[in-house]
Amino acid sequence: MLNTSQSLILIAILAAVTFLTRAIPFLLFPDQEHMPPFVRYLGQALPYSIMAMLVVYCYKNVSLTAAPFGLPEFLCAVFILFLHRWKHNLILSIAGGTILYMVLVQMVF
Amino acid sequence: MKKQHFKQAFYMTLPVMAGYLFLGCAFGILFQEQGYGPLWAALMSLTVYAGSLQFAAVGLFAAPFSPLSALLLALTVNARHVFYGLSMLDKYEGNSLTKWYCVFGLSDETYSLLCTGEPPADADPARFRFFVTLFDQAYWILGSIAGGLIVRYLPFSSEGIDFVMTALFLVIAIEQWEKAEDHLPAIGGFILSLLCLFLFGADSFLIPSMAAILVFQYLLYRRECGRQHNEKGGEQTC
Repeated sequence: MLNTSQSLILIAILAAVTFLTRAIPFLLFPDQEHMPPFVRYLGQALPYSIMAMLVVYCYKNVSLTAAPFGLPEFLCAVFILFLHRWKHNLILSIAGGTILYMVLVQMVF
Repeated sequence: MKKQHFKQAFYMTLPVMAGYLFLGCAFGILFQEQGYGPLWAALMSLTVYAGSLQFAAVGLFAAPFSPLSALLLALTVNARHVFYGLSMLDKYEGNSLTKWYCVFGLSDETYSLLCTGEPPADADPARFRFFVTLFDQAYWILGSIAGGLIVRYLPFSSEGIDFVMTALFLVIAIEQWEKAEDHLPAIGGFILSLLCLFLFGADSFLIPSMAAILVFQYLLYRRECGRQHNEKGGEQTC
């Protein structure tokens, strides 16, 4: 474990960078009128690409070559997909998928 | 008037309340397992307030002290927030303290509530968005404090609870898929990220992925321009 000041420094860095990433567009484009059209397009289309990337990010450490071959992760993804298409309940899908995953990794695999 | 905004914002954030208490709890538990108690978790959730980064950063506190790793991790995990800001530029105006708090609090969930959900017709949009942001962060802080407190009394192992993050992104991706008219941005983002994962490996694929996605988006934008150009018969729109 790090000492107190080291921990505080890490938290300060994480906080500052996070705020910066959220504030940059507002600092760069304070004026709506002069926003480049491509930036406007990005604002609308980029979230779709980014969310797909985040899903891949969550699966980055899953090994397909060693047991259990990512089976719990992929089974739960399929389960969440069906549960969400069926009930459309954000919390139910998240909680259901997570609980199934916990059961799978603790008791089955 | 004030009381009414309060109430409307509260109703809108109810789904996030459940999710954030749960996710926040999971973070509090993970952080507690590294020896960081509820006060530390609360400090993180108060000042950093970025779910996926907080999960990813837990490992930093178990490794040798490395400010540079913290900087790089925060940049790569949170770079997507730049794009949230881009699509909220027209909604968050002015220079007030509450506006900058809303910018600070633009988490995945707050963004997803506010980029799609319109404020009620009779509400002051700025004030309404402020309360939604504030409530969401309050749930997150409460959850992360609770996580550290209850971990000792859990009747079951918390192994695997970190899957909440995956589940959350999956669900948001599904919702976006259903909402989108054009699926190319999602498909392209998925394929390019997978490609970069195989090319660059798990530890360094985010930055190349984002670069590839930016180029891909530019191509989509040019395509869109060309289409508009044809429809409007020669009029230059881009």
